[in-house]
Amino acid sequence: MTMVRLSDLAIGQHGIIEDLDAEGPFRQRLQALGFRIGKEVLPIRQALFGGPLHVRIGSVNVMLRRRDAALIHVWASQ
Amino acid sequence: MKRIALLGMPNTGKSTFFNRLTGASARIGNWPGITVDLLGAKILLGADMVEVVDLPGLYDLHGFAEDEQVVRHFLQNNPVDLLCLILNAAQIDQQLPLALQFRQLGLPTVVVLNMADEAERLGIRFDAATLAAGLDGPVCFISAKYGQGFPETLAALRQMLSRNPPTDTAALSEEFAEDEALVAEAERLIARSVTMPRVLEHDLTERIDRIVLHPVFGIPLFFFALYLLFQAVYALGGPLQDGIAWALDGFRNVVLIHFQAILPHWLYGLLVEGVYDGVGTVASFVPVIVLFFLGMALVEDSGYLSRIAFLMDALMAKLGLDGRGFVMLLMGFGCNVPALMGTRVMRSRGLRLLTMLIIPFSLCSARLQVFVFLTTALFSTTQAPLVLLALYLISFLVAFGTALLFKNRLQSHEPLLIELPPYRLPTFHQVLLRGWHEVHHFLSRATRFIIAGVVMIWLLTHLPPGVPVGGPETLAGLFGGWLEPLLRPIGIDQQMAVVLLFGFVAKEIVLGAMAVVYGLDGDALAHLMTQQMDWVQAFSFMLFTLIYTPCLSTVATMRSESKSLIFTSISIFWSLFLAWLLSFLFYQSARLLGY
Repeated sequence: MTMVRLSDLAIGQHGIIEDLDAEGPFRQRLQALGFRIGKEVLPIRQALFGGPLHVRIGSVNVMLRRRDAALIHVWASQ
Repeated sequence: MKRIALLGMPNTGKSTFFNRLTGASARIGNWPGITVDLLGAKILLGADMVEVVDLPGLYDLHGFAEDEQVVRHFLQNNPVDLLCLILNAAQIDQQLPLALQFRQLGLPTVVVLNMADEAERLGIRFDAATLAAGLDGPVCFISAKYGQGFPETLAALRQMLSRNPPTDTAALSEEFAEDEALVAEAERLIARSVTMPRVLEHDLTERIDRIVLHPVFGIPLFFFALYLLFQAVYALGGPLQDGIAWALDGFRNVVLIHFQAILPHWLYGLLVEGVYDGVGTVASFVPVIVLFFLGMALVEDSGYLSRIAFLMDALMAKLGLDGRGFVMLLMGFGCNVPALMGTRVMRSRGLRLLTMLIIPFSLCSARLQVFVFLTTALFSTTQAPLVLLALYLISFLVAFGTALLFKNRLQSHEPLLIELPPYRLPTFHQVLLRGWHEVHHFLSRATRFIIAGVVMIWLLTHLPPGVPVGGPETLAGLFGGWLEPLLRPIGIDQQMAVVLLFGFVAKEIVLGAMAVVYGLDGDALAHLMTQQMDWVQAFSFMLFTLIYTPCLSTVATMRSESKSLIFTSISIFWSLFLAWLLSFLFYQSARLLGY
């Protein structure tokens, strides 16, 4: 298990959230959608031309930009 | 193979513990009795291979949250040799009842108190022996994050594993029967008493997403869907539109005509040739508008809009916007005013202002009726839809170009996080309700502006008394005369200049204004337009109409939402300048090319 950023996970590679590097309203919004330490995230797909990531967290599907996904540190499964 | 089920409340570090326990061997798998996938792994514990399953987090073994039901269904369908319950040591007072629920059912359980280091810092002290006696099973203390206490936990698991027979699924089903009965009864009662939007099953949502969010076909598919929506609107709306026009015309020729002898000449002119014809011309477009709004409501309620934001975000980012901005442009197809108000979700002022700057270029339903009327009148039936499509494309291009020009002045770095909800089939009732709400809004706005507008235009084209109607000596002619030097280079004559002047108030009155200015309505007006202007002039007129200020309501909304008079003024002048410039370029080059 290695610790990487959510934006570094390959599509289909599970990660366990270790830390949220975000502050203020964005952190609250992350938490409201289920981004909490210990939760499992799974990148489903990425939009074309460096577009946003489609990530599943629990039963919730969200989209977020790679730049913002880099603020989420995860333990990567192999 | 023996099986260990890992359980615990959400956010107790259960998944971290699972990863430490299983290393990298975890696989997603299906299990009997449940519909969600769970993470499982086979590990070597002592001399035996053991399967470890990570069950969803739960607060209450008899609870009714989806995850809690999954846990129950798993235990009723899959025999387990040992349960490993992870609790947060720092919140032991709130979490211990869950452990007691397991003891009550006589399930073989190892209780693991995680975050023991944190509990210690908080001054919480444990009497492990008493706790283990109370729980009727071993208690271990670990820090899953740092690995302390981990070997002891492994030993406890190994020891307990060999001691117990597997759980009796039939007996557990009996224990949970009451909970399941309550769930079933609730479902029955809900079916009878509550209407919910139908949420498509998760895997169906996934399958749809695989198609509509396809990296290559996603965007073309979206434009194709948009094209289908418009086709459907016109295919259904066209005949209805003709029907209303026919009925209005019939009423005029059969009933209203008799008032000509009764009413004074000027009053008949004002009421019938002014208000009736003006409002009637606009009213015949109501079916198209209604269908358009119904279609938009359908798309909006289905969950597709946030997927569009996903698809378009990369492109919009290059324009200094984000995917939500594109969705708001789409909403602007209905009416620019709610789209402007929708920008409230953006926190960064730069992003919000930039989005507000481009929304007025979105081809709203009021402009649409002008374009449908003119394209139908001046182009063949095969050309007309293409011209309309071109206008939609220009609407996007002008919006994007404006964003490119202004993006450096209105910068932002706002994080973007949007939920992609499961697809929903909106109920018929919901769509009707939403559609009606929009139509009602449109009509109340339209009638307010249209009646006042057409009366004013009638007066302007008929005053002062005695001069030829609509001629250069009337007030309207006077205004038109002033504007003419400015508008002649873009191919717009005096009378159409007056129409544009009123279009500033609201595009809903443009058609009404044309009807009153020319004293004709419906087919007669369309026929006259073909004599008044050629296609180059008509397209130039439509370009100008598309780009210049949509209506006073938009201006007022822009002012109140931006709280900046300067920004609002910039928006108005920029759109007027751009409208004139693009119409000028189009008109003059078309003439140069000999059209």
